[in-house]
Amino acid sequence: MSTHAPADTAHAHDDHDSHGHAAHDSHGHGHELSFFQKYVFSTDHKVIGIQFLITTLLMLMVGGALALGVRWQLAYRFSTMPIVGQLVFANEGGQISPEFYTMLFTMHATVMIFLVIIPILAGAFGNFLIPLMIGADDMAFPTLNMLSYWFMWPAIFFFGLSFFVEGGASSGGWTNYPPLSAIRAAAPGSQDGQTLWLIGVTFIGVSSMMGSVNYMTTIINMRAPGMTLFRMPMTIWAMFITAILQAFALPVLTAAGFMILADRTIGTCFFIPGGLTVNNTPTTVGGGQALLWQHLFWFYSHPAVYIMLLPAMGMVSDMLSCFSRKPLFGYKPMVYSIAAIAGLGFIVWGHHMFISGMNPALGMTFMISTMMIALPSAVKTFNWLGTMWGGNIQFTTPMINSIAFVSMFVVGGLSGIFMAAVPVDIYIHDTYFIVAHFHYVLFGATLFGCFGAIHYWFPKMWGRMMNETAGKIHFVISFIAFNFTFFPMHFLGAAGMPRRLADPYNYPYLEHLLPLNQFMTWSAIVMGFAQFILLANFFLSIKYGKRVGRNPWNANGLEWTAPSPPGHGNFDILPVVYRGPYEYATPNLDVDYFPQTQYVPVEQRVNVAHGH
Amino acid sequence: MSPWLIILSLGSAAVLLAGALTKKFWPAFFGLSAVATVGISVLAPSYRWWLPGGAQSPMGTEIDDLFYMILIITTVTYIAVHVVLITALIKFSGKPGVKASFSHGSHALEVVWTIVPAAILLFISLYQIDVWMRFRNFATFNRHSRENPVAEVTARQFEWRIRYPAPGKKLMQKPQPDDLYTVNDLHVPFGEPVVIQLRSEDVLHSFFLPHLRIKQDAVPGAIIPVQFQANFEGEQELVCAELCGWGHYKMRGQLTAQRKSEFDKYLRDLQARQSDDGVSGGRAAAVVTQATPKAENHP
Repeated sequence: MSTHAPADTAHAHDDHDSHGHAAHDSHGHGHELSFFQKYVFSTDHKVIGIQFLITTLLMLMVGGALALGVRWQLAYRFSTMPIVGQLVFANEGGQISPEFYTMLFTMHATVMIFLVIIPILAGAFGNFLIPLMIGADDMAFPTLNMLSYWFMWPAIFFFGLSFFVEGGASSGGWTNYPPLSAIRAAAPGSQDGQTLWLIGVTFIGVSSMMGSVNYMTTIINMRAPGMTLFRMPMTIWAMFITAILQAFALPVLTAAGFMILADRTIGTCFFIPGGLTVNNTPTTVGGGQALLWQHLFWFYSHPAVYIMLLPAMGMVSDMLSCFSRKPLFGYKPMVYSIAAIAGLGFIVWGHHMFISGMNPALGMTFMISTMMIALPSAVKTFNWLGTMWGGNIQFTTPMINSIAFVSMFVVGGLSGIFMAAVPVDIYIHDTYFIVAHFHYVLFGATLFGCFGAIHYWFPKMWGRMMNETAGKIHFVISFIAFNFTFFPMHFLGAAGMPRRLADPYNYPYLEHLLPLNQFMTWSAIVMGFAQFILLANFFLSIKYGKRVGRNPWNANGLEWTAPSPPGHGNFDILPVVYRGPYEYATPNLDVDYFPQTQYVPVEQRVNVAHGH
Repeated sequence: MSPWLIILSLGSAAVLLAGALTKKFWPAFFGLSAVATVGISVLAPSYRWWLPGGAQSPMGTEIDDLFYMILIITTVTYIAVHVVLITALIKFSGKPGVKASFSHGSHALEVVWTIVPAAILLFISLYQIDVWMRFRNFATFNRHSRENPVAEVTARQFEWRIRYPAPGKKLMQKPQPDDLYTVNDLHVPFGEPVVIQLRSEDVLHSFFLPHLRIKQDAVPGAIIPVQFQANFEGEQELVCAELCGWGHYKMRGQLTAQRKSEFDKYLRDLQARQSDDGVSGGRAAAVVTQATPKAENHP
């Protein structure tokens, strides 16, 4: 990378041992922590972050496996699944039954959203990066932090358990609209599986809330001297605003979850209108309102969409600036854009309900606010382009993943305009066009951003690099297979293929889409198996990766001044911050990076200013 | 495989190879992905990976027009963004010893690229409101069809139950003894706006006529009037578009659009069939029709 790297490496080797323990002692933790305190019930933000990361990577494989089940059915409906079929669905002759299909896509979304995307961003990277990037020795509430990780496990347990109870797992889609999800007789999965789903989501909610309180407090109170708000990296801004979003939106979902739980268990009727006869069971009484759930659910879940995106935007901003070796273009507009997205994010939830039968006047206001939220997203995209323009771009694995983020986010953002326009949404609502759109945002953007971030911050986690060649192979296969899987979904949606059909070809007008679906399924299988490259690269590099020093990428952030991996308490000495994190290519220095902690004497700066 | 796909694949391989040889592999890779994205979208209609034919209702035609308008705007944006992106990747690929330009942004550019998209987005949304209001605001419905709904469509797991008023009568909110019933088989007169009353008996469903571009959720506890006009004679599919349980995929109905005279005959035939007691040879229909006013007096 640069002539400085070898020197840094040697330096870090010494530091790793000496300072790690020095920091340890200086914090008065003289006693040796037991294995459990150190690696299992740890209160160290780095360990918790890595616990979150490994858990979410494993859950990514679980969610992916469920998705492949969905894809198998769409390509080879009601046919015996090779190998897996006889193991899992022996009773159905190795086939996916229609009711199991509804459970597959429900739990695919549930796992991916609640156990992968949200925890990998906020839990894994939020935990690992926030104290390191703001110059703190840990989170404000370390025990709360530990609890936030361990509250994820009951959710994993309940979601897993739900497959084995009578009727099976929740099957109402991840949105779980009542009355389908509120009345036990409405679907096989609406029995105990649905109750377990609600309990699991509540645990995830508590976990997220503990994290969010912690992030806000830490970022407000524990910044190093000199780390003003407008010197914070975009990652931190994004995490901060995400935490605010979570703190305000999440209670609504939790409350709504308890309401539907009460409907199911103690006979209330918040969401169940009277006079319904579901599946020949006695007619319902009471006067609930089915649409109320949709309002409450989306009041959380639309901001949640940004919870699933903003941190990735922040991390990609950091990586793009670093590997363009150029300051971030429009730092403040970027910050204001994130704030605008978060603010507007609270008043757009109705665009999920355009055809739900709510007041048409609401449809118009929600359309305008939804269109307007595209604006800060567009501003961010242009600023990313501006960052690369005029740079000295280095195509490392984090960088190519970040470029993919920008390119895929453009597709996902532009397809969003179609559904923001209410009349067009009348047609494409609940079709595969929507599925294409959110996979481009959640996978194409967020997950590629995460892939990049994993490669980028891996050396800080372990003091070793991930293999670049394997990283690039993983990227190329994932990127091509991703586009082959998800881009055709736009066409399926345009052709009017609805989501969540166990057998779309039951409708003659969709029959001709079967070959395309088979192609997509095989692409998805390739994409799924390509993730083993990432896992292998990740786990093998922990042990066999190339050792590096503190700052392998020649980046500016505070985290790169700490040892790799940082010891307990993170920094050798309390860092002092002199500037923002994006002063790459500064004329003040001979090298093209300028760490936030590096002090430059006044004379040198004056000389540069006067052109000497 | 079409020749176009072969040309596309070979071209891609050539571009990647050239990229690799000139140390511009990544710009070539991302450039190719953008070109392929546009290319496959241009080819898609020829494989019928596209709208299922032209819209067969006036509202659907307007929706298609808006769809294409947005498609043009987004395609231009997509191409413009990617031209800039790929140019940046080619032009500013890392060279050893070169320093990037030290720039933190441009106020003028920020203003331009905030105001221009804002104007476009605002234009798109204001431009659409009119169509939306005519779809959903009942006051804008054709007065005659609003006051004379052709049928009540009740969704239930996993079928569409259709209730017509007896010929010459109005659809009442409460079922009448002489109402006519069918399942999964909705007939309407074509060439004129018709209104159906949509309801649900159990969970959420969605009344989706893909060829007419019409969709409306059926919400338990609510009666929602839906207006559409079939501009064709014949049959099209009626789809349930909102997850309603394990059998959601098979909740298929059929929309038959007929001449007004044939539609009236269809209702009369239905009435005769439904009131046939096997003895009186269809006369029972008339009896039931006469009895109706009494039924209305004693709800």
